[in-house]
Amino acid sequence: MTAVLWAMIAVPAVAGAALALAGRRAERAAPAVAVGVAVAVLAMTGTVAAGRPTVTVPWVAGGGFGLAVDGLAAAVGIAVAAVSLLVLVFAAADVTAGRNRFFGLMLLFIAAVLLTVAAATLPALLLGWEIMGATSYALIAFRWRCDAAVAAGTTAFLTTRTGDLGLYLAAGAALASAPGMSLDGLASLPAPWRHVAAAGVLAAALGKAAQLPFSFWLSRAMLGPSPVSALLHSAAMVAMGGYLLLRLHPLLAAAGWAAPAAAWAGAATALLLGVVALGQSDLKQTLAASTAAQLGFVVVGAATGAVAGGAAHLIGHAATKALLFLAAGAWLSALGTRKLAALRGAGRRDRTVGAAVAVGAAALGGVPPLALWATKDEVLSAARDMSVPLYAVCLVAAVLASAYAGKVLGVVLRPLPAAPESGYDTEQPGTRRVGVLRRVPLVVLAAGAAVLEILALPPVGDAFRTLLGADGEPRPIVAAEVLAGVLAVAVFAVTAVAAPRIGAPTWTRSWLGLEAAMHAGLVRPVLALARTLARFDDRVLDRAVEGTAHAAVRAAHAAARFDDAGVDGVVARVAAGCRRLGDLARRPQTGQVHQYYAQAIVLLVAAVLVLIVVR
Amino acid sequence: MLPLLVFVPALAAVGLLAARGLRDRAVRWIWTAVSVAEAGGAAAMWAARPASGFGYEVDVPWIPGLGSRFHLGLDGLSLPLVAMTTVVFAASAVYSLRHGDRPRRLAALFLALETTCLGLFSALDLIVFFVFFDLSIVGMYAVVAGWGHGAQAARSALKFFLYTFVGSLALLVGFIGLYLSSAPRTFDMVALTAQAPLSGRGVAGGLVLLAVTIGLAVKTPTVPFHTWLPPAHTDAPAAGSAVLAGVLLKMGTYGFVRIAMPMLPEAWRRYAMVAVVVGVLSALYGALVALAQTSFKRMVAYTSVNHMGYVLLALGAAGMVGGSDSQARSVAVTGAMTQMVSHGLITAALFLLAGVLYDRGGTYRMADWSGLAGDAPRFATATALAAFASLGIPGFSGFIAEFQIFTGSFGSTPIGAGLALLGILLTAGVFLSALHRILLGPSRGALATAGASGHGDLRRPGDLNGPETAAVAALLVLSLLIGLFPGPLLDVIEPASRGVAALVAR
Repeated sequence: MTAVLWAMIAVPAVAGAALALAGRRAERAAPAVAVGVAVAVLAMTGTVAAGRPTVTVPWVAGGGFGLAVDGLAAAVGIAVAAVSLLVLVFAAADVTAGRNRFFGLMLLFIAAVLLTVAAATLPALLLGWEIMGATSYALIAFRWRCDAAVAAGTTAFLTTRTGDLGLYLAAGAALASAPGMSLDGLASLPAPWRHVAAAGVLAAALGKAAQLPFSFWLSRAMLGPSPVSALLHSAAMVAMGGYLLLRLHPLLAAAGWAAPAAAWAGAATALLLGVVALGQSDLKQTLAASTAAQLGFVVVGAATGAVAGGAAHLIGHAATKALLFLAAGAWLSALGTRKLAALRGAGRRDRTVGAAVAVGAAALGGVPPLALWATKDEVLSAARDMSVPLYAVCLVAAVLASAYAGKVLGVVLRPLPAAPESGYDTEQPGTRRVGVLRRVPLVVLAAGAAVLEILALPPVGDAFRTLLGADGEPRPIVAAEVLAGVLAVAVFAVTAVAAPRIGAPTWTRSWLGLEAAMHAGLVRPVLALARTLARFDDRVLDRAVEGTAHAAVRAAHAAARFDDAGVDGVVARVAAGCRRLGDLARRPQTGQVHQYYAQAIVLLVAAVLVLIVVR
Repeated sequence: MLPLLVFVPALAAVGLLAARGLRDRAVRWIWTAVSVAEAGGAAAMWAARPASGFGYEVDVPWIPGLGSRFHLGLDGLSLPLVAMTTVVFAASAVYSLRHGDRPRRLAALFLALETTCLGLFSALDLIVFFVFFDLSIVGMYAVVAGWGHGAQAARSALKFFLYTFVGSLALLVGFIGLYLSSAPRTFDMVALTAQAPLSGRGVAGGLVLLAVTIGLAVKTPTVPFHTWLPPAHTDAPAAGSAVLAGVLLKMGTYGFVRIAMPMLPEAWRRYAMVAVVVGVLSALYGALVALAQTSFKRMVAYTSVNHMGYVLLALGAAGMVGGSDSQARSVAVTGAMTQMVSHGLITAALFLLAGVLYDRGGTYRMADWSGLAGDAPRFATATALAAFASLGIPGFSGFIAEFQIFTGSFGSTPIGAGLALLGILLTAGVFLSALHRILLGPSRGALATAGASGHGDLRRPGDLNGPETAAVAALLVLSLLIGLFPGPLLDVIEPASRGVAALVAR
């Protein structure tokens, strides 16, 4: 069974790397290989979900490489594999150039996500978590000739990696206080380290889940190909942020402050990004903002102890959002636009796509009995148990969800305008038709979005809770569920009717100016600091070193001058003095005897005088 | 066996110098064959290593008057570096199958340089260590001065030589201090480690550590002693840069682990905070300055300062004994050792790739290139993989190293480790912006500039050729293997680094 677990991660990883590195030769075979691998992966996730293997092998010093499939991992793993397969089928029709690179990277990405799902220790988690980030960079920047797409990938990677640093901190805290680095052990770390671990995990999860204040990377990521958006922003990348918090709910609870902090971050995101979603003029941007908002509910669920509700919401949202992103992608390639105004009546051109979108939008809006209705209420009732203001914020956010979903549906199901073609082809020339490879995933996902509500309703809901080991979690009051359903339907209907009159002001289209603020507050100061330090390095540090060398040369010259004028000068002067003394000594030697006598008498007298004086 | 591994390259160098009639092509293949055989020899010694302690010891009298013996041996600290050295030199030789003029002298120089590097890492006597340390400086000076490009090459070579040579003099002062304080007097590293001669003599221990540390810090290099590095790299030929960054920098960090920490444990513990501060400063400063560079090669050079900063952080944290867990401290030392190996492989690959860039266009300026992923897909793939490896993405060796460094240091110095952690975010920014500028975006007229500067031609830039691909791929595959399956490497390093952590704590 552990062999299947290893294969579930290794097979897509190896196949993906091989495809990506194979070059143009693999261009034709890539989609078939990828879909085949995805089918195998789905089968393997099913197998490990039944067998629940656990394995730990030594890896880095201080931490093992642990994998474990518990109920939560089993459920989310199957959801990831299923959505991945459907997205790859869609992509087989949608991606026409660079297929080997695309499908190779997608398989690598899927392997990283499954590793994240199955990770039981921090080193294993980080391996999956960061490769997920790196491959998401390459996927978002898939059209690398376009500078904006590359910048979007860079933004996504750097933003999520900022949060990822938290996982390194958590691992440091784990190693500092206890042996091993198992995820389960984090909640029982001693006091200061437990808080560090909770803060680190929270930062990492909020970054990946595009919660405030990290949400903006999701907006930029929409420049990636449609299947990439459909996978990264439904079942995989973003969802993994929510998944990590669901898994580490005991840590949040044990740290005390972390649970309310996470709950408020999730609630604030659900509320504010809900407003942002409502005020968009672009379909993919609406869906992206709603992804952050919906993940907000998952985060609230993880923080308030509604793990089953949060997980059901995560899975339901994965199906719903993959469906809507794929539909947006189908329209983008068929009609050449993603502008909401231009998509007016698009749902009536092609009934299959229109019906699928209707199901997806209604589910997104919390309309009973579709997915995301009762799941959200499980989260909301847990929020009410924690704090009433939190509950109020979540309730408003739920109403907003109905509103933005209603707006989407209201636009695309409206009758076609007189000359719809005039709005098309704003992004790319459209083909005007949606092929069968694109339809099949839409229909399957729509079926999923229609029935996944059973995860939150008895009797399947009870089995789901047992699977997750969450039997004791509080259930929502039936009256509240019904009331919420009625409210959702009402808001959904009103906004669907009023859709064209809902504006898209600049502040919502710019996602509350989050990215601009990040650039002004962080990116630009860091770049300025970098340039200043580079100048300092060249003009101060390096100059100082060179100055030392120059000073040495100057000292050498000074020494040379001193040597010439000083030391050698003394020697020369001594020599000259000796010569002068010699000259003087030669003068008495005249050769005349009477002068020698006179000199002898003078010397004798001088000697006598000295004797007299001294004595 | 060990002297054979160390001195065969030097013998080959002498042979090449003597054989004047040899064709250039034959010279290049002999050079490659010897270097690859060295790597094979290192692998064989790896496989047959003893379970613990020093293997392959050689201990013969050398300078009896000084008490210096020719003592070589390999343990878990030196064996990985010896193996990495042979790999980097082999990659440089393979790369040079199509690069570098006057190959006979270049090959002889590189082979001689390989002997000095292998000799240094296997030295167990301070004088032997010092001799190889200085000879490596001479060899690298000749590489940069003789085969460097650009008008400044001679000047950069001189700067490199003088700066690191002055550093080596400080090192010599420290070694003499260790010798004079030992009883019985010896330069033997094993005996000095056992004696820890300056324990309990506060000021003298601090001064000797200061001298040793300055010498090693210049070579590593750490802030603020790093300014010789960017010009030397910018002007060195690609293979020279690969060896300089991949192997020669490790002489500094290896010296900390082999000499400063185990021989001066008390002083190291007392001044561990200094190492942490210098490490954090180097990590952040190197990354920030790299972010502002416009030349690809200079940028890679500054990331070396960043990566070596992590090593210093870990070694400093391993010296902060009070209140931290001994297991965590040995994880930090393991991380530092892993980082030395990992950085050698990855940075060598990056510098070889920078050499390809210069070869094709005559410029390292990132603004001169754009959209190379279309013109040179193999080059782009290799550069992207090397960049991600260097920014510490899991799956490559850099992650194993940095993860162990951060987690191992966190218990001793949470703030230091937390600050240095920002470095991995900065290096991500550094490399992603470099990838964007060079490889991605629209293709545009880099070659006009290149043609004007007289180096390149106006054809499309050629993709990696066979030898270039082989050299870079070998380095990256090794990094990948260590990143996914670190076990075989860590099995060698871990016992030795536990030993170092225990020696520091005594």
